[in-house]
Amino acid sequence: MLAYFLRRLMAVVPTVVLVSMFVFALQQMLPGDPALALAGEERDPESIAYIREKYHLNEPIWIQYGYWIGKVLQGDLGISLRTNIPVTELLAQKLPVTIQLALMAIAIALLIGVPMGVLSALKRGTPLDWFANVTALSGLSIPNFWLGILLILLVSVQLGWLPASGYESPFDDLAQNLKTMIMPAFVLGTSIAATMMRHTRSAMLEVLKSDYVRTARAKGVRERGVIMRHAFRNALIPVVTIGTLQLGELLAGAVLTEQVFTIPGFGKQIVDAVFNRDYAVVQGVVLCSSVAFIGLNLAADMAYFVLNPRIRV
Amino acid sequence: MADVVTTIPTVFGLQIRSRAGRRLLRHRGALVGGFLIVFFVLLAAAAPLFATHDPLATDWLAVRKAPSLAHWMGTDEIGRDVYSRLIWGTRTSLLAGVISVAFALSVGVPLGVLSGYFGGWTDTVISRCNEALLSCPFLILAIAFAAFLGPSLTNAMIAIGLSAAPIFVRLARGQTMVVKSEEYVDGARAVGLAHPRILWRYILPNIFPPLLVQATLTIATAIIAEASLSFLGLGQQPPSPSWGSMLSIAKNFLIQAPWMSVWPGVGIFLVVFGFNLLGDGLRDALDPRGD
Repeated sequence: MLAYFLRRLMAVVPTVVLVSMFVFALQQMLPGDPALALAGEERDPESIAYIREKYHLNEPIWIQYGYWIGKVLQGDLGISLRTNIPVTELLAQKLPVTIQLALMAIAIALLIGVPMGVLSALKRGTPLDWFANVTALSGLSIPNFWLGILLILLVSVQLGWLPASGYESPFDDLAQNLKTMIMPAFVLGTSIAATMMRHTRSAMLEVLKSDYVRTARAKGVRERGVIMRHAFRNALIPVVTIGTLQLGELLAGAVLTEQVFTIPGFGKQIVDAVFNRDYAVVQGVVLCSSVAFIGLNLAADMAYFVLNPRIRV
Repeated sequence: MADVVTTIPTVFGLQIRSRAGRRLLRHRGALVGGFLIVFFVLLAAAAPLFATHDPLATDWLAVRKAPSLAHWMGTDEIGRDVYSRLIWGTRTSLLAGVISVAFALSVGVPLGVLSGYFGGWTDTVISRCNEALLSCPFLILAIAFAAFLGPSLTNAMIAIGLSAAPIFVRLARGQTMVVKSEEYVDGARAVGLAHPRILWRYILPNIFPPLLVQATLTIATAIIAEASLSFLGLGQQPPSPSWGSMLSIAKNFLIQAPWMSVWPGVGIFLVVFGFNLLGDGLRDALDPRGD
């Protein structure tokens, strides 16, 4: 297992290097002189000369990349132009909020998606299956920021059950934290639940056709046992993999959800940075989310390796 | 010899397509999806006929008016007719979806085909770069591109297209690797056909079906992405109407004018639902196991 892990780890190194090159190259896409763009409103010649010197803009591009990646490897993603706070520190403050949101969303997605997928497969061709399929496809088609707006209208404005926006740290007030996070987590979890439902359904249908399920039935195992012990456990393997991969997508989905519910997380950070032309923060967010995504891919591979004995043979 | 080589895949391709066509016509989901798409395309094409007001005209005497006979879906925060803006917004959404996917296809398919067909260093370089781009979550990548290119609908479409291209690179590469080992491609090589001709005549037509399915599903994703970027202020800029930017403004008037938040979302949902239904239907219809 360790050898497999090391082999996979070595394989992701070139990908991470290329991602870093790509994130660095983003700066070159800025229209016009990057020094002017980075200077923002401070456009006097002295500030521009200082920026050129500081970011090594007079050097060839590969040398600029060398300086930049050297700092990144030491955990220095630059300084936010607007807040003057190191980008690493800024991201470290925001990331826990988004991770909490993502974990709650994936829990909700699992609670909705997996049972719906199992039921739909067991009742294939019935109105329940049709309903589950239409619901899943609707979940994939509904823009999560619109679902968020509708829920605010219904749950917060009309019924007054939950706050429409805001955030409270779980360490200060756990109950209030859950009140503010449950609706955004539900919104974020909807499309993931739909994806999980579709994958669980097709995995269950595949497993229910297999020889070992037929054998279990022929041996007289009760239907409930066949489904839970033989079919469901094996159908879960691809679902775990998909679930791990979806965590990466949740980071992206959080951008909109956090914007709608005014949650001060990672996603809101990138939007604020875009409007403040705080390019170091944008680069930091893209780099961190990509590395996280690569890490989750690796974790999904490992989960598949652990759960599926056939790979280990 | 050359004639034999050229006829086999074409005839086979036609058989597959006609069977797939019949299966598609029997697929209820695909029919509903197709109907929804045709409806929205007609709405977009004939927007001046369907709109009852100028979508940009403001009326300070009709600010945030609830739906009525004069304004079927009410008015917005500066008295513009929501219904007319919704109709014109259909154009933005459909154009953004189709153009960005066309852009993604035009970037992704040639790279994927070259990668899969030639293998070796070409494949290594293209695949590694593609994996790096696939490592970034789609929307974050689109936001980053839009941020560095500047906020506008054109840049949003480029950003979405660039972000979606890696999916087509991967798909085209995989399909090309399957098709290039087919006997008819070996035959074409044996009779000395040049690589560009083999790629154009034999590889591209045979990798088309899965690309068509993926393109249909990606249009749905691209429409949501455009709406998302416009919602964040990185897509269509005011005062031009777009469903995403309409929702972005509506968010600020949830209590005073809730009708502003409903219809643009319904529009996005229905058109995306249509493309997803059609994409699913196409996938089922083009699946050879369907027989």
